[in-house]
Amino acid sequence: MTTSSGPRAQPALHGSRWTPYRAVLGSRVRSQASHRASFGLDLGSSLLVGIVELAEVAVLFTSVSAIGGFDLAAILLVFGLADLCFSVADMVFGHCDNLPEYVRTGRLDVFYLRPQPLLLQLVTSDVSLRRLARAAVGLVALVVGLTVNEIAWGPGAVALLLLAVLSGTATFSAMFVMAGGLQFFLVNGSEMTNAFVYGGRYAATQPGSVWGRPLVVVFGFFFPMAFTAYLPVVTLLDLPAFAGLPGWVGWAAPVAAVWAWLAALLAWRTGVRHYQGAGG
Amino acid sequence: MSEPIIETRRLTRTFRVRDGLTRRTVVAVEDLSLRVDPGEAVGYIGANGAGKSTTIKMLTGILVPTSGEARTCGLRPVADRRRLARQVGVVFGQRSQLWWDLPVGDSFGLLAAIHRLSPADAASRRDELVAQLELKEFWTTPVRQLSLGQRMRAEVAAALLHRPRLVILDEPTIGLDVLSKQRLREFLVAERREHGTTLLLTTHDMGDVERLCDRVVLVDRGRTAYDGDLAGLSRTVGAQRVMTVDLAEPVPATALALPDGASHVGEEGHGLRHRIGFDSEQATAAAVLAAVSTAAEVLDLSIEEPDVEDVVRRVYASRR
Amino acid sequence: MRPYALLVLAGFRQQSAYRLAALAGLVANTTFGFLKVAILLATVEAAGGELNGYDAGSMAAYIWISQGLLGSVNLFGRTEVAERIRTGDVVVDFLRPLDVQGAAVATEVGRNLFALLPRGIPSVLVGALVVGMTMPTSPLPYALGLVSVLLGITVSVTTVYLVAATGFWLVETRGVQILYMVVSGFLAGLFVPISLFPAPLLALASATPFPSMLQYPVDVLSGRVEGVAALGLVAAQVAWLVATAALGHVLTRRGRHKLEVQGG
Repeated sequence: MTTSSGPRAQPALHGSRWTPYRAVLGSRVRSQASHRASFGLDLGSSLLVGIVELAEVAVLFTSVSAIGGFDLAAILLVFGLADLCFSVADMVFGHCDNLPEYVRTGRLDVFYLRPQPLLLQLVTSDVSLRRLARAAVGLVALVVGLTVNEIAWGPGAVALLLLAVLSGTATFSAMFVMAGGLQFFLVNGSEMTNAFVYGGRYAATQPGSVWGRPLVVVFGFFFPMAFTAYLPVVTLLDLPAFAGLPGWVGWAAPVAAVWAWLAALLAWRTGVRHYQGAGG
Repeated sequence: MSEPIIETRRLTRTFRVRDGLTRRTVVAVEDLSLRVDPGEAVGYIGANGAGKSTTIKMLTGILVPTSGEARTCGLRPVADRRRLARQVGVVFGQRSQLWWDLPVGDSFGLLAAIHRLSPADAASRRDELVAQLELKEFWTTPVRQLSLGQRMRAEVAAALLHRPRLVILDEPTIGLDVLSKQRLREFLVAERREHGTTLLLTTHDMGDVERLCDRVVLVDRGRTAYDGDLAGLSRTVGAQRVMTVDLAEPVPATALALPDGASHVGEEGHGLRHRIGFDSEQATAAAVLAAVSTAAEVLDLSIEEPDVEDVVRRVYASRR
Repeated sequence: MRPYALLVLAGFRQQSAYRLAALAGLVANTTFGFLKVAILLATVEAAGGELNGYDAGSMAAYIWISQGLLGSVNLFGRTEVAERIRTGDVVVDFLRPLDVQGAAVATEVGRNLFALLPRGIPSVLVGALVVGMTMPTSPLPYALGLVSVLLGITVSVTTVYLVAATGFWLVETRGVQILYMVVSGFLAGLFVPISLFPAPLLALASATPFPSMLQYPVDVLSGRVEGVAALGLVAAQVAWLVATAALGHVLTRRGRHKLEVQGG
């Protein structure tokens, strides 16, 4: 009998700080892969979504040869880059968008009872492997785009491309987190965040040169969608950029990603504080 | 005197709710000052909306108090939430911490990783919980297919896997059948005896309080209305158990020589069935039964425990 | 007819409880609208100001009317009755003195008609005020347009009912629903008007009920298609309505029979 009244000695922590996240994510992956029929269906529908979205863009070029100074070849690059980045972000962060559901079912309260940061728990609580199929459509479009355009290949071009993929994925991921943070306030109005999450994806697949000033402000800078695909392609293909920006502006993609994440973390923090009722 | 496990000072929480077009302020918890020492088992009772869940959320760092202060396990619940999570286990009746689509056992593997328990430690604790809560029979069943009783046992085990010093149970026996309730209570008693775990539980079931708690805190409109042992609460409000007996032949109420502390409450069938109230402090069920048996043969009997709602209502009534 | 009219009214009321949701939908809707304006007007401009019968004004009209209808035309493939059919709970509904298909369709139509107020009309107004669009000057296209819009909403509901009705035979209808969701928007002309499609794709779209839900009502209401041609589009809508409703009726009867014989 050890009816100790003093504080019990806490056992040393086992594994690394990543152990909890790895365990949960691993379990989600195994669970999805084990339901073969259902997973196959999900992959198929996700693939179809990607193809239809590509068709929506490509079909315009059956009537005209260039839109906003972008021909089909150049648009393939923009679409490929945007959709690849969005799909990967959606795969990892997409469920942050379901925050009202987490609140309603009490899953969020359960996160509070576990010794990890809330946001990391939320992000790693699920992963949608089916989005891989859509990412594949984006990747194919990107690769085709890279072969049909005349690109001055060199270390610079490769570096720009890698930087664009990483930054674009980070920027889209930030949009999902920002949506989650805002949904603490919106609850019934969670659809509002679709404007910059899915609207953002749509904007990212467009050549920014077709935008008027308000859209440039909103999707060029505030939700920096232009930096995920359009501006890196402008730099890669040496095309004129919108709003009189210099040709090297595509290199600023990481700056946009950092900005998006700062805004996202602020939204998340404010949202959590609102949920806990700590003023605001 | 060791450090308290729970200590609140004038803990207050208000909510602003929209009422049509205007907003009004609702007080959920008001000026709650509570101290729970290690090893205690406290029943936290009150009517629906008396602020029980709000208190639990403030103690575990989910909600920030409007004013006042709370310390749980010596930590600040909101600021030290992550450290606190290693020392507290919580069962929310309606919010599952198990993974719905996975077999029960898998959830325990994940929780062990989440609390970063060593494999040896996790295995020994898990085996202990599996044996005591009889989880073996449904260990490989997906959580969503469990019965309510099975799920609650699994939830309790999940909350205890990391050997918390403090276990908070929000309505742990609600909706359970008699046998499941019994099992769960026995387990909690044993857990407390063996590990000195501190228990705080909210419940609507007086049986929970009687079997598990040596102290009762009753809240009314966010304030403490009673804090003491159960016997004292029964004395205060005269909470009675009620025995119903069916007799072989009709007997008038006056013919029943009831012991002290028991009183006749009602009869049916011209004296074939009697309802007798008695205070457990003064009379045992056996004494009441013995007294009735001298008057006539008892064919059947049942005993109703005092309902928490009933006790709460009496306390509230006496305060208004 | 009276019970069905009441169901329409009930569906209408149900939705009015969600005002914030309606505002949120409006914000998302108009954002997409502005992005569609940017890309489609640039396309018209690239074509020299006129593209397959669209100029800037009529393209804007297409965009804002279609955005306005988006909240009222079911392009998701989800309905309440789907889950009841899939689980067999619909057995209870068969005991009521109402036609199961008729009741489900009436409720959904009411709900979708309501959405025109907080989502549809404001979207069109925002577009008209901020971007400007060409609208017919005579009353006839408006009158025919209203009929066409009502038909479009109803065709979408009767078609989605078919998705739900597969639940009589399929254990899991999610696949059918997802397929509907992916295909319907594209073929209904949500992102690109179907008259810009290459010929084979246009033929494919025309062979489905989807253009009847969105493209045809938009064409009739905006006056882009007028006179006999407009009547032709409305006739096509009526044909699709009759076809989908009749198929739904047959599926419901067969499904009921199956439930009664096999007990679900």
